[in-house]
Amino acid sequence: MAIMNNIEALRETLRQEMERDPRIVITGEDVGPRGGVFRATQGLYQQFGEKRVIDTPLAELSIVATGIGMALTGYFKPIVEIQFADFIFPAFNQILSEAARMRYRTRSDWTVPLIIRAPYGGGISGGLYHSQSVEAFFAHIPGLYVVAPSTPYDIKGMLRAALQLDDPVLFFEHKKTYRLIKGEVPEEDYVVPIGKAAIRREGDDLTVISYGLAMHDAVKAADMLAAEGIYAEVIDLRTLRPLDKETILASVKKTGKVLIVHEDNPTVSVSSEVAAIIGQEAFEYLDGPITRLTPPDVPAVPFSHPLQDAFMLNPEKIARAMRTLAAY
Amino acid sequence: MATVAKKSKKTRSSGRPSDHLTDEQLLKMYKTMILSRKLDERSWVLNRQGRAPFHISGIGHEAIQVAAAATIRPGYDWVYPYYRDLAFILALGMKPVDHLLGLLGKAGDPSSGGIQMPSHFSNAKLRIGSISSPVATQVPIAAGTALACKLKGTDEVTVVCLGEGSTSEGDFHEGLNWAGVHKLPLVCIVQNNQYAISVPMEKEMAVKNVADRAAAYGITGVVVDGNDILACYDVMYEAVERAKRGDGATLVEAKTYRVTPHSSDDDDRTYRSREEVERWKKRDPILLFEKVLFERDILTTSLQKEIEDWAIAEVDAAEEAAVNAPYPEVEEMHKHLYGPMPNWED
Repeated sequence: MAIMNNIEALRETLRQEMERDPRIVITGEDVGPRGGVFRATQGLYQQFGEKRVIDTPLAELSIVATGIGMALTGYFKPIVEIQFADFIFPAFNQILSEAARMRYRTRSDWTVPLIIRAPYGGGISGGLYHSQSVEAFFAHIPGLYVVAPSTPYDIKGMLRAALQLDDPVLFFEHKKTYRLIKGEVPEEDYVVPIGKAAIRREGDDLTVISYGLAMHDAVKAADMLAAEGIYAEVIDLRTLRPLDKETILASVKKTGKVLIVHEDNPTVSVSSEVAAIIGQEAFEYLDGPITRLTPPDVPAVPFSHPLQDAFMLNPEKIARAMRTLAAY
Repeated sequence: MATVAKKSKKTRSSGRPSDHLTDEQLLKMYKTMILSRKLDERSWVLNRQGRAPFHISGIGHEAIQVAAAATIRPGYDWVYPYYRDLAFILALGMKPVDHLLGLLGKAGDPSSGGIQMPSHFSNAKLRIGSISSPVATQVPIAAGTALACKLKGTDEVTVVCLGEGSTSEGDFHEGLNWAGVHKLPLVCIVQNNQYAISVPMEKEMAVKNVADRAAAYGITGVVVDGNDILACYDVMYEAVERAKRGDGATLVEAKTYRVTPHSSDDDDRTYRSREEVERWKKRDPILLFEKVLFERDILTTSLQKEIEDWAIAEVDAAEEAAVNAPYPEVEEMHKHLYGPMPNWED
């Protein structure tokens, strides 16, 4: 079994799936000879040619819109790349008003099997506009799948799952995990079902619910606490729409305490939704306040290093919040 | 600058695509215009009677729409219409009852099952793409469809329609830029009715013709009298042939006029004179086409009456069917959000 980092797993899965299915085309800015600014598509243009790996004008609205128009024909399964999630907003109307509603408004006469990949997240000196977490905007929209895999295994499995769906998928990749996170990726085919969370670490004392880079920090924090005799269960949501209520509620019912951790702004976020579900459906099991740990509610990650460090989560910050909750 | 298409002549002269239309084809086009007009007028009546909450009209736009439909292969070429394209979708094969079911929000509305507002046409079998209400979004989507056809190597043509007001949106620009870059088999028809609701053309753009912008995208731009159906046919024929040949996209600007208010909720007396509207009614595309058909002895007074009676009977029957059709069940609201999930557990 090969050890890969996240970007390698992504690239290899794209390559394998393109070899298998001639309908898959990749479009986006710099995805061609350059292989993408993060190298997600490195070598694919050379292998599959300019008709399947298509460099586009610098225009996110139409990168998504042409993907929709290609998907509608049924001739192709487009995977479009938005270079940074921060730049997805010119395409917001196309995603909200067109891709997400096409099936609903035509009673399934027309469908949009489209994958929109976008690197998100901070910690890479990207400042306000190369670091944002944008998932909550999209998790609000019926008709979309929103996923945020954060391990090489899940990237392969969830990309393969996304390709089997007949609906639009927002595929968010935390850009700091691209080279930071490594893991085993089986050669053989498998899927990681969309809509299923993963339990990364089992424990009885409290539940930590997270996704993305913060989830990796939460696992480290849980390891630290285990040395202190506090055993936390860490859930990696992986899919943000639809949320895996079953896994969330089962864990909370077991531990009675829950900490929700993510890098996105707290107000009207994924943690807001998870907290609401727990509050409504597991209230009598709770043995402490539903707690959230996120960066401050400011626009995004500032550029200057001390400010970036203060903004970003890390295992120590998460461990502190876990200790407080465990002691409640 | 965009080229300006020639006007129709009384008699057939050699060299124009419309010269080759048979009398039967011309009459069929005329009948579709009349049917669309009667259906549109009936929609207004149903609205004013309080039976239809909303109507958005295509009266005055029929010529370019019917001409465009006559140049393409329904169910083979792809069409992204807009909300004034009633005559277009009828010419492609949708039925009057299809429109009225949508107008009344009935379950049988083939465009959306009563989910969308009226005139948001869709028909997958006829390759009529579905539109939303934010304008011009269909232009870059149509570019994507045209790109897919080109990559697949078919000779399918994609036609997309919008009003001139919608050309102010970035979607329009981006879509046509793609059309230019990839030399796409696309025909973009701008039905320039001179108003974006109340805002006149001179407050929408500084150029005289929308089609002048084609130069900026490296595509062909043509201005045509949108009320002259044969001139529209000529221009559309050339544009569709250009697309099939692989010679790229065309921006067709059909200059016309919206003789009705923007929608049933608008009052156009607040922003334009009655004289202006009356002036344009004298250039009604149906009147202009009738003149040609009479001059060519294709239409007679009795045939004209026969066609009108036929259209009214069609609309009567469609109205009866639509009025008596059931509304959607409330459960429908919860359906068609997502397709079935694959069975990943096995």
